[in-house]
Amino acid sequence: MAGMGMRDIKRRIKSVGSTKQITKAMEMVASAKLRKTKARLEESRPFSLAWKRALLGFLGDLQGVEHPIITPREKIRKSGYIVITGNRGLCGGYNTNVMKAALEHMKTKNAACVVAVGQKAKDFFQRRGYDIPKAYLEVSETPDFIDAKEIRRFCVEKYMNEEVDEIYLVYTQFVSTISHKPQIVKLMPLDDEAIDSCVKSDESLKHPKELAEEAEKEKIHEIMNYEPTVPRVLNLVVPNYLDSIILGGLLESAASEQGARRVAMENATNNAEEMIEKLQLQYNRARQAAITQEISEIVGGAEALK
Amino acid sequence: MAKKLHLEVISPDEIFWDDEVDTAVVRTIEGDVGLMSDHLPLVSPLAVGRIKIIQNGKAREASCAEGVVKVRGDNALVITEAVEWVDEIDIERAKKAKERAEKRLSAKKNDVDLDRANIAMTKALNRIKLYERSQK
Repeated sequence: MAGMGMRDIKRRIKSVGSTKQITKAMEMVASAKLRKTKARLEESRPFSLAWKRALLGFLGDLQGVEHPIITPREKIRKSGYIVITGNRGLCGGYNTNVMKAALEHMKTKNAACVVAVGQKAKDFFQRRGYDIPKAYLEVSETPDFIDAKEIRRFCVEKYMNEEVDEIYLVYTQFVSTISHKPQIVKLMPLDDEAIDSCVKSDESLKHPKELAEEAEKEKIHEIMNYEPTVPRVLNLVVPNYLDSIILGGLLESAASEQGARRVAMENATNNAEEMIEKLQLQYNRARQAAITQEISEIVGGAEALK
Repeated sequence: MAKKLHLEVISPDEIFWDDEVDTAVVRTIEGDVGLMSDHLPLVSPLAVGRIKIIQNGKAREASCAEGVVKVRGDNALVITEAVEWVDEIDIERAKKAKERAEKRLSAKKNDVDLDRANIAMTKALNRIKLYERSQK
């Protein structure tokens, strides 16, 4: 930047300044949206958590039961992935991280299909030639229960028709405003892998084995009664569980997106400020240099007239 | 005084109830079940219906959608996708939902839509019925 004239520097300051205004505005918008989505998330967290805890309990009781929802299929030909991203960029690594996590988990391109939630996931997997049976583009920012149900219906139907042999949910967990963690939870079938991934998705959850050990210690030997029958309970209850998990994933992702965007825009604003400061210094120096030169020219001119 | 039952009712929007009760009546797919402490351990899916909560001799009713109930010892847990006190039911909304469902049922498109319309219909009728009864 050494050779820059005063006018050039002035122009750059102006341009960085207007960029700063934009990032600042985006930061404010993201903060406002973050507050809203975070409130929604906190309201619904007990619901998802209660479902996870209840289902883990059931699965612990039902070890060894054969049921299409529980028993894994012998051959896994195709795996379905529900990948939740945002519709827009400018939010740091939020979209890339979750898509990378999904990509790493997939074995081969042909054995995977993607139900994309959000424009970014759709574009990303389309460009790489993945099979995308369906994309939901209008739920990322303000997901609600009906959206979760819709997605669950579509996926479970695919599973029941044997178009896919397992279903994973890939979303971003909202740990705090600055910390977001990509998570993969196996939704179907509800085998050991699904139990492990479910336990891992929340720190407060305990593995059914741990619970069984605790019950053993306290000498509780109660047998749960499933009314009317185990298969009917599973058939009716599991869809509700899946709804709650997908809703949880959608809300966690929505909050993460706003959090990530706020942080990214805050950084951008700070960088712009720093840049303006540096440029201002340069501008002052250039101005001083110009004045000094002018004076010495005048002095030199006056000297020559003598 | 008999031992109390700790009842928790959770929906996607809130923790609806988290307190001791004398008795709770929930509607499972097999019919109404009354819950008190030391109930037999039980897991059952819920049908669209109502929950009746009796605390200190006073009864309150809430409309309730699909979900699950789990009872173990002195603890009962109800997880449902929608729950509201009967006197807080948005009757206009329920009536509109009923109209929508009626339209869809008469349009007779495909099975999936019919199923959904039927569920919506059940929920709307349940809300309207409970609301009207509470107004009497």
